[in-house]
Amino acid sequence: MKDKPADEVRINLPKVATGIKGLDEITNGGLPQGRPTLITGSAGTGKTLLSLEFLVNGVIEYDEPGVFMAFEETEEELIQNVASLGFDLQKMIEDKRIFVDYVHIERSEIEEAGEYNLDGLFVRLNNAIETVGAKRVVLDTLEALFTGFTDQTILRAELRRLFRWLKAKGVSAIITGEKGEIGLTRHGLEEYVSDCVISLSHEEQDRVYTRRLRIVKYRGTKHETSEFPFLIDDDGFAVMPITSLALDHDVSEERISSGVPEMDAMLGGKGFFRGSSILISGTSGTGKTSLCGHMADGACKRGEKVLYLSFEESSRQIIRNMKSIGMNLGKWVEKKQLIFHSARVSLFGLEAHLTALHKLMGKHEPDLIIIDPINAYLSNDDEIEAKTMLIRLIDFIKANKITGYFTSLTGSSEAEASTSVNISSLMDTWLLLRDIETRGERNRGLYVLKSRGMANSNQIREFMITSKGVKLKDVYLGREGVLTGSSRLMQEMIDQEDSRKLQEKINSLEEELERKEKAMEAQVELIRLQAKSEKIDIMNELDQLKREILQKEVFTKRNLESRSK
Amino acid sequence: MQDEGSNDNWILRLYVAGQSPKSIAAFKNLKNICETHLKGDYRIEIVDLLKNPQLGKGDQILAIPTLIRQLPSPMKKIIGDLSNEDRVLVGLDIQSEKRESNEGIK
Repeated sequence: MKDKPADEVRINLPKVATGIKGLDEITNGGLPQGRPTLITGSAGTGKTLLSLEFLVNGVIEYDEPGVFMAFEETEEELIQNVASLGFDLQKMIEDKRIFVDYVHIERSEIEEAGEYNLDGLFVRLNNAIETVGAKRVVLDTLEALFTGFTDQTILRAELRRLFRWLKAKGVSAIITGEKGEIGLTRHGLEEYVSDCVISLSHEEQDRVYTRRLRIVKYRGTKHETSEFPFLIDDDGFAVMPITSLALDHDVSEERISSGVPEMDAMLGGKGFFRGSSILISGTSGTGKTSLCGHMADGACKRGEKVLYLSFEESSRQIIRNMKSIGMNLGKWVEKKQLIFHSARVSLFGLEAHLTALHKLMGKHEPDLIIIDPINAYLSNDDEIEAKTMLIRLIDFIKANKITGYFTSLTGSSEAEASTSVNISSLMDTWLLLRDIETRGERNRGLYVLKSRGMANSNQIREFMITSKGVKLKDVYLGREGVLTGSSRLMQEMIDQEDSRKLQEKINSLEEELERKEKAMEAQVELIRLQAKSEKIDIMNELDQLKREILQKEVFTKRNLESRSK
Repeated sequence: MQDEGSNDNWILRLYVAGQSPKSIAAFKNLKNICETHLKGDYRIEIVDLLKNPQLGKGDQILAIPTLIRQLPSPMKKIIGDLSNEDRVLVGLDIQSEKRESNEGIK
């Protein structure tokens, strides 16, 4: 078992999808098919829920009936537990798609008198599997057997037999176990399950609980070894698989408009690349959210879906504010093309928040995601963690070919570039909004700091928020630098005066030219007339001479005739 | 199921899975114990889970063989091939007076 066959094994190992968001991604397809998987964790980490979802998803999504052998909870309790997640387990049981067998072991009731085996368990499990034609089996938690039987030798032999039997049955099984003090499980169940072991945990950090999942081992398959945050909410179990991504996502040549034509012009005339990440940084009040509004409006007009995460303003506030600059975002919300999500990041903790985001993205499948502002993540005390989380988020957005539009609030003055520098390397396009203060005015300037893969303008544009939305103006570049606002207007008036004068000069020159041309034409006419009269004189003289010749000929002829007579 | 004996004061149900050596041994051992201690006052029912697998759920049967004391109540459960007679007697609560005096302390 050296390097060579590793790839083949990985491809050939059949897997069974759990249908749980994220888990199938980090396991490269799910749990090993026809083999047992051990899920361990301390009480309350979500073992039972994960197992139940595995079964329920099997029925709903993959047409695979299942058996749940419950050692801790009764059928009624299980039905209640998943009902809160919107699953009708009762109906699945009635339809014979899921079989729940509650196994109750009361230690004090049992007297051991001689040798025995666990055939009763086998018979019940077999009966359950055959009743519904189960492909998936859950034993939750098998360790309860250790409290029920004192003879460890028999029990361990029987457990070994059980796992062999499950494999022979070809069912994909989940066995859950309580986390032990030393080992993965209290009673060392891991020694029987060699194919796949997943560990669940939850920890407190800064008064925020984070649930984490780790694949301890997965024989014959490539898997992630790091811990993944996961979430249990109204929709059940969800794992955040972000670190499993590599930098090999497809890139798009398609260009999308920023919603502001003048800004598109600055970006090679066509706007952003689809699927790229765009950062807009600036001090407060420079118009970042207005640009987000334009971007969202533009995307919705193209028929795309937009997820707008707002960490500073409520959706209603944004809609109202955008209305004042001529944008009706409310109608896109009604059409469900624009989905607002406003929440404080610190409410859940970073990881849980990002897991929630991951789910939101999976649910709405947006073409564009706007995060306004990303500083919400960076406010966390643990800066390194915050940064890696943000990197994971951006990576995830890119990998899903979603265009990311982020704003970043920077402090005033020189720090403007440095605060964002940590994340700017992840961004394909970086637009900077800044204040330009001159002559008692504060004006806004926008320029493209970088934009990968396209020709872009190197000029600062004046950025104006009007009742018809954001407009960009060419700024005046004079001897004193960039002029904006009234300075620009004044300079423009001076320019206008200058050009008026020039125009006058041009006009007068043109008139003179015309005059000269006319004079020339008059002279030409005069010469022509003179030439004409001279020509007539010559022609008259010519006629006269011809006539004289004719008379002379007549005279000569007459003389000859008279002589001959 | 099959009936053994005539009276109903002791009703004992033995769960087995097919004709395994342990099951056969359990039945033989049970029969001996009953004949010795409960003669004429017991009935044995045998449930073969291979034939009726759904019956295992009611009495929560995991181990085979399992003996259930149906009567007299309360219900008692003994697992194993019943080769350890003392333990069977303890489990079934037979001759408790005699046992108590043997052990000395209760």
